[in-house]
Amino acid sequence: MSEVDTKKNLSAHESDISRFDFAGQDSGITDIRSLSPEDKERLLMSGVDVDQAGRSGTYLQVDHQSVHCDVCDPNVEILDINKALEKYDGLPDYFWKAVHKEQDDFTRLASDQRLHGGYFIRAKAGMKIAEPVQSCLFIKGEAVAQNVHNIILVEEGAELHVITGCATAHGQQSALHLGISEFFIKKGGTLTFTMIHNWGEKVMVRPRTVGVVEEDGSFQNNYVLLKPVESVQSYPSIYLNGPRAVARFNSVIVAPQGSLVDTGNRIYLNAPQTRGEIISRTITTGGKIIARGHIIGNTVPAKGHLECKGLILGNGVIHAIPELEGTVSGVELSHEAAVGKIAQEEIEYLMARGLDEEEATSTIVRGFLNVEIMGLPAKLQESIEKTIQESEKDMF
Amino acid sequence: MLQIEDLHVSIEDREVLKGLSLEIKPGETFILFGPNGSGKTSLLMTLMGFANYKVTAGKITFNGHDITHAPIYERARLGIGMSFQRPPTIHGLKTRHLVTMCAKHRNRDVDAEELAHKLNFAQFLERDINSGFSGGEIKRSELLQLMAQKPSLLLFDEPESGVDLENMALIGNTVRDLLNGSLRPTPNASMKELRSQRSTSGLIITHTGYILDYILADRGQVLYDGVLCCESNPRAILEHIGKFGYKECVRCLK
Repeated sequence: MSEVDTKKNLSAHESDISRFDFAGQDSGITDIRSLSPEDKERLLMSGVDVDQAGRSGTYLQVDHQSVHCDVCDPNVEILDINKALEKYDGLPDYFWKAVHKEQDDFTRLASDQRLHGGYFIRAKAGMKIAEPVQSCLFIKGEAVAQNVHNIILVEEGAELHVITGCATAHGQQSALHLGISEFFIKKGGTLTFTMIHNWGEKVMVRPRTVGVVEEDGSFQNNYVLLKPVESVQSYPSIYLNGPRAVARFNSVIVAPQGSLVDTGNRIYLNAPQTRGEIISRTITTGGKIIARGHIIGNTVPAKGHLECKGLILGNGVIHAIPELEGTVSGVELSHEAAVGKIAQEEIEYLMARGLDEEEATSTIVRGFLNVEIMGLPAKLQESIEKTIQESEKDMF
Repeated sequence: MLQIEDLHVSIEDREVLKGLSLEIKPGETFILFGPNGSGKTSLLMTLMGFANYKVTAGKITFNGHDITHAPIYERARLGIGMSFQRPPTIHGLKTRHLVTMCAKHRNRDVDAEELAHKLNFAQFLERDINSGFSGGEIKRSELLQLMAQKPSLLLFDEPESGVDLENMALIGNTVRDLLNGSLRPTPNASMKELRSQRSTSGLIITHTGYILDYILADRGQVLYDGVLCCESNPRAILEHIGKFGYKECVRCLK
């Protein structure tokens, strides 16, 4: 308990953020391929394929600059957000339409500061984009405050997977990342959004994400955080506004000592026959995790289920806060939450099959942090599993 | 094969086995009877080495190794295999993966598909182990793991519980196979000779005795309140318990 700094500040006090630089920094990087091998490795661990094999397109932001943006599939459009704002007259239906500028200090800060970039990704109506689009928000400079705004538009009946890798450069020290993301999934559209965080020990991360899903639309969010970070605070919210829309969040989070991770997912069931599911698996090996979840059922019939499970390995803290809010009779909301250690019974069961205690424990942990349900590309899944395996040495 | 000498076991501070001695020879199948709470399951759990079962006195020897205080995995690697009554679900661990690991730690290489096929269980290989399994499915899953382990001493707690009639034959025959009791006489060897070549031993708990229709049980004994009594032919014990209940054991012990 005593080793966890529970007083660590999550709000935007001047003293905290004044150390970061919002002014223009030129990283000198002009192309994804011109990164150093160490940085490429950091990106790879974040799900970004630098050779772009098996990807429909790539967006790369380094510090304050959008440095790389290209498309391999004509059915998808990828632009730097500033170019998209220019091309589409300020994106009046989308830009700052899902996220409210005044919702909290960091969002206000993001809206006040100069916009450094971010992506605009559009899957064209009816098109199933076979390969994922990858984006990477990379921080290389020292004490950089990165302020990006992302918009994903999945038009009617389109299907898209976006993999976002967020990382800091090899050896990089402190940074602040502000990321506003707005997702719009039109009638019958499908968006899978996978975010892999690979920050550093002195990086503050404040993503603000809101999505709106229309009739028969589907949204799946995968979030993976396995590496140390100073603090993450995020609470992506999804509005299921059309009948039969569905949303599912899967999170796999490991917090080593020194990390403060305050994350949650929120789903609004605003139309009949909508369904929402939030599943989180968290492990602390010394850090503090606040695992939130909130499902709001405003209509019937609608179903929501929330499952947050946490394992404490070492001296960490897991604070699970599952919330269910039904505003009409007949809405079906349920939750399952458990925080504790690995069950001795499970370890002994595997030991009776010949596994020693360490192998039994790591087998259970790997099963617990199951990323298979995310349906990721094989190479990415492998790389995540490898990272889990590597971080096991700190677990027990 | 297995030698238990004056074994005393406690769970927390309650003594559950009170001076139990038993020897099981290679190839021998021993049936353990006894009312609920008599200590049968505790004996099996102690033999496997579970932490909650504290050996306070006595000795367990397995194939010449003193395993009284050996860790669970060491016993498993030496060749003790146990079928669990209520195994835990392990999320994210595929049945196939566990079967492979079972074999690996006995230095064996098995075809999980082929083994599962024998148990009509192939469709469960990709499922998380024990997740939503019915009573009969748990039994087949446990047997599948044991087939991969190929233990030389098989500990089985109520193989018939929760199993429907159709599956009973499948489970009964598989247990017999594991005990290598499915031998047929050949012109070169009599049944007696073949039985003497059996090397796998079994320690099986049964209430109903249904399993006795499938396996060749050699000996049986009743466990009552932490001590063994009434050694006899398993069929005879079963018949006796059926007629008179366990109250005769009380008289016998007095």
